[in-house]
Amino acid sequence: MNQLIGFLSILRKDMKTYYLKPPNISWGIIFPISWTLMFFAKSESTVDLREILPGVMALSILFGTTSMLSVTITFERKSRSFERLLLAPLSLNLLMLAKTTGAILFGIINAFIPVLFASFMVDLSGINWLSTFLGVFFIAVTSTFLGLFIAVSVKEVFEAQTFSNFFRFPMMFLCGLFIPISSLPTLIRPLPYVLPLTYGADLLKRSINNTGIMPPWISFFVLLAFSFGLFMISTRNIKRKWIY
Amino acid sequence: MSTSIIEVNNLSKQFGDFQAVKEVNFTVEQGEIFAFLGPNGAGKTTTINMLTGLAKPTSGSIRIAGHDGIKDMKRVQQLIGIVPDESNLYADLSGYDNLVFCASLYGMGKNKREERAKQLLEEFGLADTGKRPFKAYSKGMKRKLTIAAGIIHAPTILFLDEPTTGIDVESARQIRRLVKNLNESGTTIFLTTHYIEEAERLCTRVGFIVEGKVVRIDRVVNLMKDYKKEYTIEFTLENHDPSLQETMDQAFPGVRVEQISNQKFRVIPQEKIGVAPFIKFFEDSHKPVYEARIIRPTLEDVFVKITGIEIANMKKEKEGKKK
Repeated sequence: MNQLIGFLSILRKDMKTYYLKPPNISWGIIFPISWTLMFFAKSESTVDLREILPGVMALSILFGTTSMLSVTITFERKSRSFERLLLAPLSLNLLMLAKTTGAILFGIINAFIPVLFASFMVDLSGINWLSTFLGVFFIAVTSTFLGLFIAVSVKEVFEAQTFSNFFRFPMMFLCGLFIPISSLPTLIRPLPYVLPLTYGADLLKRSINNTGIMPPWISFFVLLAFSFGLFMISTRNIKRKWIY
Repeated sequence: MSTSIIEVNNLSKQFGDFQAVKEVNFTVEQGEIFAFLGPNGAGKTTTINMLTGLAKPTSGSIRIAGHDGIKDMKRVQQLIGIVPDESNLYADLSGYDNLVFCASLYGMGKNKREERAKQLLEEFGLADTGKRPFKAYSKGMKRKLTIAAGIIHAPTILFLDEPTTGIDVESARQIRRLVKNLNESGTTIFLTTHYIEEAERLCTRVGFIVEGKVVRIDRVVNLMKDYKKEYTIEFTLENHDPSLQETMDQAFPGVRVEQISNQKFRVIPQEKIGVAPFIKFFEDSHKPVYEARIIRPTLEDVFVKITGIEIANMKKEKEGKKK
């Protein structure tokens, strides 16, 4: 019970202090619209909104969660307020889950904003919503834990942004959203399969347009493994670097 | 009979090739105010970090309130409060929200934490500014709120790292009073400071730490007792006479005479003697005496004698770091 009070309190504080701040709410709205417009701009023919929806959703989550989490944790580390959390009688795993849950929720909300817009413009019938939600959830979890991994690896806020891009841009171009994996040069064709976003995006494509290339259970399993692995590596690094 | 609430044995901390803390041994008794005194880089904060769970000892053992302070740290953290050397609360949250948030980290229920936050804001003289964001507080107010956050869960032991560094005199006095009151209400206090007079005023016992080693630990009265035998008499004369020191050396063989300024002399006799012979000497030399006073040794003198570290340099170094 005591631990739960701490968990909920950290989550509430982060939502209030970071995620529900007007600039971040506007980011959640503007960012998906920009991605949609970008897809329109790049296409020579008429773009099917439903076809681009998995890509817009996946990128909105990826950019939203990795930016927010890596920056907020680095900022709290710099101002030393993060020490206060490390000194509290909360287990490190629960503490890090509390810190990441806010970003996961932020990512999920970010993903459904383009869905909301699309619902006014195109027919969204036939979508497997349960599978879509699970896909969104797992992309949010893996991206957030990637943000955590970045936060633990850097000292300055600007480093967090630079390091985030080091992961985000290759993932964006290799995950099959812009270029189908089968069209990639043979030499780099195995690379997408070591990126969590590939599996999340494929799951969304299958759930929304039935165009995925992998069986959903493989994607779920791999995303679960990525989530667990990234979380464990990050908490181990925290123990090693921050509880020195 | 006093009981040890903190027991530290052969505690060491190594950072690569640098040993920050070297086989430190000490105990803190329940209900006392204990201070670690030492210059920058002496190992004070590293020791506190090891005692509170922010750093892992390289070797040695810690027992706090009967628990293993290394293996059972989460249980220990429930019993201790920590006030770090920097006021590190959340800038955008109000003073009240910061306290309520800190209380929730210790599992306090909603009503209990809100009531306690209000009570502490009142006690610390911050009730009127409780709704203001932390970033709008003055340095002294920030320090007070950080201490309030450290005791929100009524800890058995409070760790205070440099509680009054970098704040104004009035706020420092208020904080010292608050620390004293906390101790009187039963909280054991472990503090680090480089303000010797602060330790002298507040503490039951002090430990001098230099280059990671504890060079002396004792009750303040015991430390002072050893040096009380040495005393100095300071004379302030009406007129300046450059040849006076030489004349005095001849008149009082075995007494060290130091000229402090144009009109001030200090005499340090080898054994305790009264001021009367000196007053008579000055009068006979037609040098009226304005003031004569016995200067008793302070904890600062004791610290300098034991560690060989000049306090002025220590303070300058610390204040420079804070800026």
